[in-house]
Amino acid sequence: MTLVDRINQAARRLPAWPIYIGGVLLPVWLFWQAASGALGVDPIKALEDRLGLWGLKLIVAGLCVTPLRRFARVNLIKYRRSIGLLAFLYIVLHFLTWLLLDLGLRWEQALGDIIKRPFITVGMVGLLAMIPLALTSNDRAIRWLGSARWQKLQKLAYLVALSGGVHFLWLVKAWPLEPFLYLGAILGLLAVRVIPKRSRLAA
Amino acid sequence: MPTKFIPDLNWSDVTPKAVFLNRRQLIAGAAALSVAGPAAAQLDYVKSDYSTDEEPNDLSDIRGYNNFYEFGTGKEEPSVNAQKLTVDPWSVKIDGMVDKPGDYDLADILSGVTLEERIYRLRCVEAWSMVVPWIGFPLADLLDRIGVQSSAKYVAFETLVRPEEMIGQRYPVLDWPYREGLRLDEAMHTLTILATGLYGEEMPKQNGAPIRLVVPWKYGFKSIKSIVRISLTDQMPETTWNMQNPREYGFYSNVNPNVDHPRWSQASERRIGGGLFGGRQDTLMFNGYEEHVAGLYAGQDLTKDY
Ligand code: HEM
Repeated sequence: MTLVDRINQAARRLPAWPIYIGGVLLPVWLFWQAASGALGVDPIKALEDRLGLWGLKLIVAGLCVTPLRRFARVNLIKYRRSIGLLAFLYIVLHFLTWLLLDLGLRWEQALGDIIKRPFITVGMVGLLAMIPLALTSNDRAIRWLGSARWQKLQKLAYLVALSGGVHFLWLVKAWPLEPFLYLGAILGLLAVRVIPKRSRLAA
Repeated sequence: MPTKFIPDLNWSDVTPKAVFLNRRQLIAGAAALSVAGPAAAQLDYVKSDYSTDEEPNDLSDIRGYNNFYEFGTGKEEPSVNAQKLTVDPWSVKIDGMVDKPGDYDLADILSGVTLEERIYRLRCVEAWSMVVPWIGFPLADLLDRIGVQSSAKYVAFETLVRPEEMIGQRYPVLDWPYREGLRLDEAMHTLTILATGLYGEEMPKQNGAPIRLVVPWKYGFKSIKSIVRISLTDQMPETTWNMQNPREYGFYSNVNPNVDHPRWSQASERRIGGGLFGGRQDTLMFNGYEEHVAGLYAGQDLTKDY
């Protein structure tokens, strides 16, 4: 049995709910660490950054699912919803950390930042684009929309990923490597999606 | 006027050690101490009327949270990576439009100098702030001794370049050496100091040992660290962050809540040490030093000369 077969077999057996549990425990743990001083002397920034980075990681992970199935025949489709919903949770918490703890509800400054600071504007685009995805990530919504329309709506995930990657690159000063790696990965994962399907070529 | 007296108090009487060796540091315990290296030498200094009476940050905050890209771009990296830096011997080249140019040993620069404690607010362009009890002396003292020629209009500074010891310099994160500059009247201002220590002890390496600039009414990046060159010139010098992104970082970079940086609103700031629920406070014009320095910029449009 190949590695791919073994992964697929394991995936058939393992349910998705442990991902939700672990995924919800992570921010609880981060918050507790931040409150107790374990994240250093600037806990607000540390919490904000960690939530943003975990959100982005999950967004990238979510983008891997389809190419993995298509090019490696590894089928992790059943976990995609949990990955996406957790990414949404982290980005909402990332946003709330910014609004409540970092800005301390200085509404005027918050609105000014959203309008005037391109990196925040782009982040906001990413957050807003996640909302319809999160709202329709249940079987009832899929039935209501119909599969074709729902599939189309899923394309918003590309916008989310691009916004997240650009947001990260835009917010750093100087030129550290990490944001380039994320944006590169995102662009790569989007690029493989335009490779034409072989069946269609043959037709 | 700054009062000049030699108190027979030492630094640990000024702030009881128990206050700044706080719980966090005690928990971090041995790790923190081994990072800090052997106990630094104590300095003799006098107090200054220019000090704020705001509560200084814990020593662990000041030593543990640094922007010093020569030792990595993370805030915690310099406290680890800077320990390799050799700060003795240290010499500073002073050149350009001066009467007595030369390579000066740090001991020469400090000989006959009265060190003062200046407890200053420090405001980073990233919208966080601290209060730091620096030990230093006015830059003007040094410039007066060296003799500034009348043609000079600006002072340029450079940080050491030594990639063997400064691992951040192995990558072109910034255009090394780090460069900063001041207009001559800013450099001669009594608030502008060269600092060689903090909390009564020699400067920790991650804070810019052995000698750094502190200009409290400007964003932190103007206060260049680990200085090896001071040049007097008649041209506005190139400065690192301005070279990196001229639209975002001006030559003056005075703390100004009314002039936003494109990435950060400068209206408010997060005081380090406030914890997870510390919130923000309003940023003050010239970082609260307006009465001392506003006169330097009379007639200048600070939205243009940012
Ligand atoms: C798809 C949505 C988003 C993603 C993937 C994302 C991701 C990230 C990442 C990776 C970081 C940097 C973490 C680090 O430096 O280690 C970050 C920082 C940050 N994000 Fe987001 N973010 C998103 C949306 C938002 C939104 C909606 C806001 C606020 C309206 C926001 C505000 C911030 C702020 C203030 C920072 C810190 C900036 C600084 O370093 O000064 N983000 N985000």
